[in-house]
Amino acid sequence: MTDAPLPTALAEIRDDFLELSQQDRLQLLLEFSDELPALPERLRGHEDELERVEECQSPVFITVTVGEDGDAPGVVRMHATAPREAPTTRGFASILAQGLSGLTAEQVLAVPADYPLTLGLSEAVSPLRIRGMVGMLGRVQRQVRAAVA
Amino acid sequence: MTAPVDPSEKFAAYAHPERLVSTEWLQAQLDAGTGAPDLVVVESDEDVLLYETGHIPGAVKIDWHTDLNDPVQRDYIDGEAFARLVGGKGIARDTTVVIYGDKNNWWAAYALWVFTLFGHEDVRLLDGGRAKWIAEDRALTREQPTVTPVEYPVVERSDEGVRAFKDDVLAHLGKPLIDVRSAPEYDGSRTTAPDYPEEGALRGGHIPTAVNIPWATAAAPDGTFKSREELDAVYRDGAGIGDADEVIAYCRIGERSSHTWFVLQHLLGYENVRNYDGSWTEWGSAVRVPIVQGSEPGTIPNR
Repeated sequence: MTDAPLPTALAEIRDDFLELSQQDRLQLLLEFSDELPALPERLRGHEDELERVEECQSPVFITVTVGEDGDAPGVVRMHATAPREAPTTRGFASILAQGLSGLTAEQVLAVPADYPLTLGLSEAVSPLRIRGMVGMLGRVQRQVRAAVA
Repeated sequence: MTAPVDPSEKFAAYAHPERLVSTEWLQAQLDAGTGAPDLVVVESDEDVLLYETGHIPGAVKIDWHTDLNDPVQRDYIDGEAFARLVGGKGIARDTTVVIYGDKNNWWAAYALWVFTLFGHEDVRLLDGGRAKWIAEDRALTREQPTVTPVEYPVVERSDEGVRAFKDDVLAHLGKPLIDVRSAPEYDGSRTTAPDYPEEGALRGGHIPTAVNIPWATAAAPDGTFKSREELDAVYRDGAGIGDADEVIAYCRIGERSSHTWFVLQHLLGYENVRNYDGSWTEWGSAVRVPIVQGSEPGTIPNR
């Protein structure tokens, strides 16, 4: 953990949530859920090779690339897939994919583990469910750490 | 006012046919314009955002975690909070409430059980739940319904009839006990359902003498409840409950066992069925309660 400032995209997402009423925060999470991009072609049909996020109640699979697919060296991109019937999990994955992709590996590793708890979703979604997102962030960071080791 | 009973032939075989409605019945009621305060449709899901992705037109949402659980104490909300919650959803004391949800009505049954703690008389499940409604290509909307709040009386929650606490279970040992969790949770190799997050139980295993009948055994492939005959074979014969006069069901936090509670109480007509909502997260962490590991029910310890 460092004192590095939170990357802009993650800070903006957090501020967007905190500005809203509880009900509107759910709507924003729904928008993120709707926006979760499909997996890149080369990963489709290979979901079982991605890492499953055990902390989430619904099947969600994530994978991280560093400096691939035309990204500059050291740049992180997160991919995730989760079923339509699991919109909360999709929303969590989408927030992290949008907030982390494009950062350097160093920046991703500096994101505080409790970032999901700062989004103001504990009341609307429940702390128990937020734990799934904490687990997801932890797994992304572990994959990044392994990729740059 | 309440809505009429669904006369479906399948339901007539159950002990309390008035506790279920079919998708056809609900569609007909909605088409006829039946709504609050006679009929209110409630969606209750595991996923807190699923309702927002599209729900039955006019349905309101009640979330098990953020609405029904007390935010501080491990308990359900009290009468005042319940009155505020359901009155705010347009539900009056004599409203027919039809609950549906994801995963074979798992959470819908839990919500129905909590309504029962408050003695709400006419509360029913939509047979087949959300999945069947969608499979039949019926309407879904993202539009939030316009609700006219009504006055719901403050009713003191009554836990005695359908809720069991740890001491009740200890006193019950020797009478039929059903563990509705998965086999690995029952035999002690896991403390949470496969694919679910770890949620604190210090020991694995099951309560001595409990038989293992995973909750979803009661559901047909399309998410509807199995027929009376099939359910009798599973519980009356398979679980050896016979004509027992007292049964307790449990799982991890009491949600999956609400589903089994519904089956035993309303579909098979057992009169004294309680759901132990403390379930494994309490029992598996409690000091000096007996636990059995392995796939056999085990015996009552000498006390």
